Amino acid sequence: MSWVLALPLVIPFLTAVLAFLTRQSPLGRWISVVGSAVLLAASIVLMNVVLRDGVIAGQMGGWSAPFGITLVADLLSAVMVVITAIVALAVSIYAIADVDEGMERLGYHALFNMLIAGVVGAFITGDLFNLYVWFEVMLIASFGLLVLGGRPEQIDGGVKYVALNLVSTIMFLTGIGLLYGMTGTLNMADLASAVDNADQRILTLVAVLFMIAFGVKAAVFPLFFWLPASYHTPAFAVSAVFAGLLTKVGVYALLRIFTLIFDHDTAFTHTILLWVAGLTMVVGVLGAAAQSDMRKILSFHIVSQIGYMIMGLALLTPLAIVGAVFYLVHHIVVKANLFLIAGVAQRIAGGTKLSRIGGLYKSAPLLAVLFVVPAFSLAGFPPLSGFWAKFLLVKAALDVQGWIIAGIALVVGLLTIYSMTKIWAQAFWEPHPDGIEPKLSNLSSRNRAAMLVPISGLAALTVIIGVMPEPFVRFAEASAAQLLDPTPYIEAVLGVQP
Amino acid sequence: MEVLFAITIGVLVAASVYLMLSNHLLRFIFGLVLISNAANLTIFVAGRLTDGAPPLIPEGADAPLGDVANALPQALVLTAIVIGFGLFAFAIVLVFRAWTTLNSLTPDDMRLAEPEEAQK
Repeated sequence: MSWVLALPLVIPFLTAVLAFLTRQSPLGRWISVVGSAVLLAASIVLMNVVLRDGVIAGQMGGWSAPFGITLVADLLSAVMVVITAIVALAVSIYAIADVDEGMERLGYHALFNMLIAGVVGAFITGDLFNLYVWFEVMLIASFGLLVLGGRPEQIDGGVKYVALNLVSTIMFLTGIGLLYGMTGTLNMADLASAVDNADQRILTLVAVLFMIAFGVKAAVFPLFFWLPASYHTPAFAVSAVFAGLLTKVGVYALLRIFTLIFDHDTAFTHTILLWVAGLTMVVGVLGAAAQSDMRKILSFHIVSQIGYMIMGLALLTPLAIVGAVFYLVHHIVVKANLFLIAGVAQRIAGGTKLSRIGGLYKSAPLLAVLFVVPAFSLAGFPPLSGFWAKFLLVKAALDVQGWIIAGIALVVGLLTIYSMTKIWAQAFWEPHPDGIEPKLSNLSSRNRAAMLVPISGLAALTVIIGVMPEPFVRFAEASAAQLLDPTPYIEAVLGVQP
Repeated sequence: MEVLFAITIGVLVAASVYLMLSNHLLRFIFGLVLISNAANLTIFVAGRLTDGAPPLIPEGADAPLGDVANALPQALVLTAIVIGFGLFAFAIVLVFRAWTTLNSLTPDDMRLAEPEEAQK
């Protein structure tokens, strides 16, 4: 069974190697597209196997758990791998139009596929130290992608991104060291029971170390400052994949660790998380309101949306976890799409600064429609995917009398509409300040197809999740049940305990 | 022995926090090198310390005789050192590029990506 688990890792690695070897020729971009398509196929196979057989685990190198490195996929891991592959495919098609030959020669496609390998690895590993290694694979590839091109703003943003992420890495490593010292194991399934014998007070301390480490990656308040400093600087394809996937790896890690391992003192840890969630939502959305550049607005909205997912984790009721999982999936699709649309706006209207562009609604109505779908999904309009995500979370909060957090979630949704209408009014409705007509036909037909096909695909996915949420909610329910009762996860890794 | 290590780690962390809080990127990098070594030492101590007992299995035996050093944290530290080396190599080159393109290593001056008069 382990080849099903290993394939989603091996495919992006191989693609990266092939893309590196062909970086001098235009072949690299096609290798990247084909590699992502194969990855999507492999991830769907993985999903099917998980749906049929429940949690599956594989021991790499034939060393049985907890001694060897374990790969394990439950429903959450599987759906994250699928959604990663979807975003990878969309962005690698988009990159045909967006990434110039200079960046390709510097190895853009190799770095991109390496990043995807790191993300997939983080989702399906069952070992804490291995998770650290995948974080590093992801991180070093993202460093390369962020500064590729070497414009001064990229270097500027890159310095802050690199500095804060390295600090978080060291926190993570220290946490791993202390946890190993206390329990003698780093296998996540093994840790779930091993932590019961450890000193609970020191365990809480270690939990906070992990919370800070993953909190930086997930960009929660007050650890998010690297994100709005850097996400608007690289190529649009790069910022789309960052916006879609990177912070969500942090959220996934929090979701995994704080349901499986650190659930011993939820009154302490999850109360902190609830505060963090509320403040992240508010600060992110207010930061967005103060910005006047499309990508900067969207970057701050990543922060505020992360707050919703953390809110689900913090409430820790079955419905709240359902909401968090649903939100995670919906958000990746929507956010990556919004950054891709910003790229098209920049190409045809000449910028992302809202005061410098306009007229997109009149000249490019198709783009306007494609923007409305993810933008209003982000804000939580029915019948789009964001509505159901917010509805589940707010209902979960009301069920446990969390009036304040539910109120914050609703108000932040309202303020999100404010930002989206700001983009709508200035970029789409008002005439262009220079009198340009930003038509989609200004793009070459190849670029137009490469940009609009992935955007339409992701928008269609948003609508599909929105109009028939039932299978998705039922899936999220099953996945939340696995998170809250990790027995099948532990048994899949360690075998059935007597 | 653990006390000695704990003090060393404490001094390393204190020095690196001091360096990282100073308003200069190169000092920040030095601080990062120190704190990552502190993290490595933490893992090493967490694996329990033994005195001069390499984890070798004598010929003919199936398991080591008596208490030997724990090899796992050593492997973890080795991995962390290698990864850290790569990250620092990148960070140092990035700082160099920052110096050549932005003509400054003071984070307070680096406002290109987030200009102060960003509004309007």
